[in-house]
Amino acid sequence: MKKLILLLALIMLVTTSSSPVLAEDKKELVWGGDSEGGFPYMFPNPKNTDELIGFEVDIVEALAEQMGRKPVYVNNAWENLIPGLNRKLYDISINGLEVTPEHKEVVNFSIPYYKTYLQLAVRKGDNSIKTLEDCKGKKVGTLKESFAQELLEEIGDIDIRTYNVEANTYEDLANGRLDAAFFDHPIALYSAGFNPEIKFVGPEVGELEYAIAVRKEDKELLTEVNKALVALRDSGKLREIYDRWNLWTPKMAAEFNDYSPSKVEPSRYNEWAEAHRPQLTFAKRLERYADALPAFGRAAVVTMQVSITAMILAIALGLTLAITRVFAPKWIASLATLYIEIVRGTPVLIQLFFIFYGLPSIGVKFSPFWAGAIGLGLNYAAYEAEIYRSGLFAIPRTQWESALALGMTRWQAMREVILPQAVRVVIPPITNDFISLLKDSSLVSIITMVDLTKAYGQISATYYDYFGPGIIVAVIYLLLGLPFVRFARYTERRLAEVEKDGKYGHRENIYRSSTRYI
Amino acid sequence: MNINNKPLIVVENLCKGFEDGEVLKNVSFTIREGDLASIIGPSGCGKSTFLRCLNCLELLDSGSISIAGVTISRRPGQVPDEKMLDIAHEIRSEVGMVFQSYNLFPHKTIIENLMLAPMVVKKQPKEEAYELAINLLDKVGLKGFASKYPSTLSGGQSQRAAIARALAMNPRVMLYDEPTSALDPELVGEVLQVMKDLDSEGMTQIIVTHEMKFARDASDYIIFMDNGEIVEYDDGDILFTSPKSERTKAFLRHFVNTGVA
Repeated sequence: MKKLILLLALIMLVTTSSSPVLAEDKKELVWGGDSEGGFPYMFPNPKNTDELIGFEVDIVEALAEQMGRKPVYVNNAWENLIPGLNRKLYDISINGLEVTPEHKEVVNFSIPYYKTYLQLAVRKGDNSIKTLEDCKGKKVGTLKESFAQELLEEIGDIDIRTYNVEANTYEDLANGRLDAAFFDHPIALYSAGFNPEIKFVGPEVGELEYAIAVRKEDKELLTEVNKALVALRDSGKLREIYDRWNLWTPKMAAEFNDYSPSKVEPSRYNEWAEAHRPQLTFAKRLERYADALPAFGRAAVVTMQVSITAMILAIALGLTLAITRVFAPKWIASLATLYIEIVRGTPVLIQLFFIFYGLPSIGVKFSPFWAGAIGLGLNYAAYEAEIYRSGLFAIPRTQWESALALGMTRWQAMREVILPQAVRVVIPPITNDFISLLKDSSLVSIITMVDLTKAYGQISATYYDYFGPGIIVAVIYLLLGLPFVRFARYTERRLAEVEKDGKYGHRENIYRSSTRYI
Repeated sequence: MNINNKPLIVVENLCKGFEDGEVLKNVSFTIREGDLASIIGPSGCGKSTFLRCLNCLELLDSGSISIAGVTISRRPGQVPDEKMLDIAHEIRSEVGMVFQSYNLFPHKTIIENLMLAPMVVKKQPKEEAYELAINLLDKVGLKGFASKYPSTLSGGQSQRAAIARALAMNPRVMLYDEPTSALDPELVGEVLQVMKDLDSEGMTQIIVTHEMKFARDASDYIIFMDNGEIVEYDDGDILFTSPKSERTKAFLRHFVNTGVA
């Protein structure tokens, strides 16, 4: 017990001191974005999924160079980018963040680096929708918590469907699950600009400003960023980036007061369109999947690391809880019961969010890895505790009595007689729990970790393909769980052997219809 | 029975109750070293509770128990403290107990069952514990079963192993709680024989039993309990042939009628 507390204290110490790189480090420009943020903002390169590309990546690189810093990337889910910034996971955030009043309340924004508008898209054959007004009574997809969503809500009477991943929206539009998609123009362009089934309709709607978010207190950094942005604009470097990504629009021309024709080819856009326009041959697809395997492999390692660490924590804490519930004085035992009830009664997703984003406000900070491992560990400890408790109670009281009658102390009886028997009873359910923990570890993808599930999202969003990667990731999960499934079977069989029911057949077959029980 | 032997167990005014009422009411008695005493009586008369109080598996409510010089006593209403629990533990290490359901440790072999307590409690070296265990198994006729698991033994073999396991702690007293009740009739004899052998070696033993013939033949004296009290307490033959109490007579009549005694 003491050792365990010590261990936990140690873990906290290590993780709080080694938490993500902080603002003090002057040489780096630590920036946060979402690798699933989507094209053309930032996304894994389809040719090499380890590389993050996108026009915002180009901007950050140019910005860092201008500022004389080295860019360091921290990945986070898009909807958590601003909380993550205030949690000091990174110093600036750039990923299509719109300057909205709500955002301005919690962070400062640089001058906008890009201005655009919202674009309505419908199926090619559909002539019923020409403007936003026509969308009344129709199903319209848009990005969750975006300006576009607010606009749609203002119009009213629209069946709004919000998405995290743009690609899904246009897929749903193409196959009829939606009547229209309403997105920032860059997203629309890269999702459907080359799609023969989809057309853009209506005028430019609204005005969107993308800007770089900086923490309120980092005033100097904000000035530095603004200065660099102005310099990049004036030197034409920003324009060059937009040209290459085919994002130089009349709106931007007006904004930068630069009406000169483009000097560079939209090479990045062409690559993208080329990769997505033609239907891929089967062999090409397989080749692509093979390219993605190393990324999946690394993600699988992350999944295993988090799961195993969480399981070790769960087993240790679960044992402590179970022993407390069974042996401690009533009021301490009821504390353990309370813990178990609270943890089992609330979603693990909420617990992870709370640990990662909630606890820092009272000064407790964990790295994403430890937040995930501790979150899952604390959660599963509650289930483990109940398993151990039932394991302890599965051992007849007479075993306890005969150990005491032999002169053993309570602790000796527990250690030598009860626990060794209880362990045999609980190994199969514990193994099952581990398999389920392995799957629940997919939840750590929401706290910036690139585990298997996150990798699936990234790679699928890149390739616009949720089918093949889905099968690959499912197979990997199955393979990871397989050794534990086998182990559970093995221990169950061993247990059955000790119970010796050989004469009347294996107990597994008791309930199967056989001649004996007719 | 050797009346010159000193009292080994002295029980005075032992009371024990559970939530649903009093089970033992002011029980007092004495057993001399080397005696074999049988406790008989109808079901629910408190004889098992009495035995469990003797080795402190149940802590007495009031009264005193003195075994081999170790005394545990409690005033009515006294809250048991750490010291009292220590004494209870000390008494348990002087007393061996055998249960109706054997209670061998299923995860250990027979020899490991015997070696466990000496090694854990007395810190005996493994070789010494093994030597002792194998001798005891030989004594109860189970030498060949040393490395078998309890689940492979018959009831009679299991009970003999359980007796050997208790003996491995070298107790001053052996208590048996209905040791033959769970056995098939043809296996009862082998267990009773072990107890007879121990008696001839001078072991002090108390047996709660329904085996009237054994009680009558082998016991130095018999205790008849009813309703939480010791009703009669006499030499086996005397108690069976001329019981003083009406309750004893009524109880024995039942056995005579069924032809057991």
